[in-house]
Amino acid sequence: MRNSWRRFMSHFVVVLCAGAVLLSLVPLALVLFYVLKQGVASLNWAFFTHMPGPAGEPGGGMANGIVGSLIVTGIGALFAIPIGVTAGVYASEYRGTRLANAVRFAADTLNGVPSIVVGVFAYGVVVLPFHHFSAFAGGFALGVMMLPLVMRTTEELLLLVPHTLREGALALGATRARAVITVVLPAALPGILTGILLALARVAGETAPLLFTALNNAYFSIDPRQPISTLTVQVYTYATSPYPEWHRQAWAGALVLVAMVLTCSLLARFATARMERMQRGS
Amino acid sequence: MPVKTRLDDIGFRVGTGIFAVLLIAVVAGIAAVLYDDASMAIWKFGWQFWQTDIWDPVSGEFGARPFIWGTLYSSVLSLLIAGPIALGIAIYISELCPAWLRRPLVFLTELLAAIPSIVYGLWGIFVLVPFVRSLEGGTPEWMRSIPLFSGPPLGLGMLSAALLLAIMIIPFSASVAREVLRAVPQAQREAAYALGATRWEAIRMALFYARTGIVGSIMLGFGRALGETMAVTMVIGNTPQVSVSLYAPQYTMAAVIANEFAEAADKLHLNALVEIGLVLFIITLAINAVSRAFIWSLGRPAKSKRASRAVGPVTEAA
Repeated sequence: MRNSWRRFMSHFVVVLCAGAVLLSLVPLALVLFYVLKQGVASLNWAFFTHMPGPAGEPGGGMANGIVGSLIVTGIGALFAIPIGVTAGVYASEYRGTRLANAVRFAADTLNGVPSIVVGVFAYGVVVLPFHHFSAFAGGFALGVMMLPLVMRTTEELLLLVPHTLREGALALGATRARAVITVVLPAALPGILTGILLALARVAGETAPLLFTALNNAYFSIDPRQPISTLTVQVYTYATSPYPEWHRQAWAGALVLVAMVLTCSLLARFATARMERMQRGS
Repeated sequence: MPVKTRLDDIGFRVGTGIFAVLLIAVVAGIAAVLYDDASMAIWKFGWQFWQTDIWDPVSGEFGARPFIWGTLYSSVLSLLIAGPIALGIAIYISELCPAWLRRPLVFLTELLAAIPSIVYGLWGIFVLVPFVRSLEGGTPEWMRSIPLFSGPPLGLGMLSAALLLAIMIIPFSASVAREVLRAVPQAQREAAYALGATRWEAIRMALFYARTGIVGSIMLGFGRALGETMAVTMVIGNTPQVSVSLYAPQYTMAAVIANEFAEAADKLHLNALVEIGLVLFIITLAINAVSRAFIWSLGRPAKSKRASRAVGPVTEAA
């Protein structure tokens, strides 16, 4: 009697857990379904090549937003990659030192800071002193968000490089700097690039830190000192507007964003799978 | 040669160390800049700021109680929904599911985490909110007298926000909890099975072993929910009021910053918004620190890198 109760409980929990998985996949399926359905219906070539039309009128696109997103993300990458990779090298090379622990703690802290707070920070550092919303301020905010991702990825991947490689280089008389730059770093490079790709995809989808740094711009602009429109802020503006035509465009923008994230995730997945195979092979 | 080698090594250490210090300076900078930009509001209002309800930028009255209430209430509600589901997913993926299913499931839950919050917000406005509205419209009469379900069925409000937040934090908590469970030594489960335990009893052993890490992973999701901005802003209704009703439109700290910051012309208004940001920063900092400590405390004795890796960037970005 008691045993059958125990068996029942066990099966019951298995069903419950499987149910939780199915339940969580429902919203994923719904979100993807609606983005695809509405997005495909509204997405056309003009979306990529045309400027936004007058409010509520059909036609027009988000050419300026797409270019703006690329520029802002690019500025962020220029800022975050050198700092993140070098700090990651320090953290893995001098593992266990006080500074290495501190930088790892700082990166994890930064990773948990809400994106809107990063926006407020960028406003205080870049917008206030120059009295101007700018693409540069938006890029700075995205860079701050990328920093911990790049740093931790670099550190993790450098630690995966076999010790023998580094020791071989040192045994041949290389200095530590030379061993890291010419042997260890290249070995980890594909993985680090994958991590950077994922970080780029993640911050390119951010909206909150751009609202009051890059602001928005109804016109085409590539000047980093001027406010710039981005795909995400444009989707936000359009989604909260009262015009059905703009809603359609917002769905098209969402489709572009999801396609970007999906492509990057799949690419990263293939890259990591290949690296794992290589490691097992060696 | 040895002298040159030594110089090279010192140069390398200092050169890379500067960038490490730079990263730490960014975090310290956030605290300093926010405090500096909020100082006017902090000195003018003091604790009063968090105890009054009236938010009127035109007349210069700033009370932030409704925002902190909205943030805490929506996050706690979403945690109540997301916690059990995330735990179930973590258990299923790490303990129960057949090996061939594991990788696709991990990929799908992480895809759920990678979708930008603006996309969730868009979906929330046009799909979730109408659905919630019809759900609220069908409330039976006897339920309406309960404060939790009072008010007109607007759709835009606390219920939509909590549901959307739950959807967004489930994959995050689930992937951290999954890594935590993977850090439980296999011997723990084998010992349970050897004593004749059923599957559930063995899982309960693993859960007990990993309890601090599990709590940490759920708390990490809570920290996410507190700071989530776009999706919440788009569905919560943006009305500063303190109400327990799930149907009532409310407001959160992150949402008020997102909505008013760009247009805040008045210096005091801007300071008040930055102060809200500063407090949001401090709360999330504290929660993240505590949950990380929980997760690490589990990772150390087992000498496994996995649990501490779980809080790294890999799970979030993938």
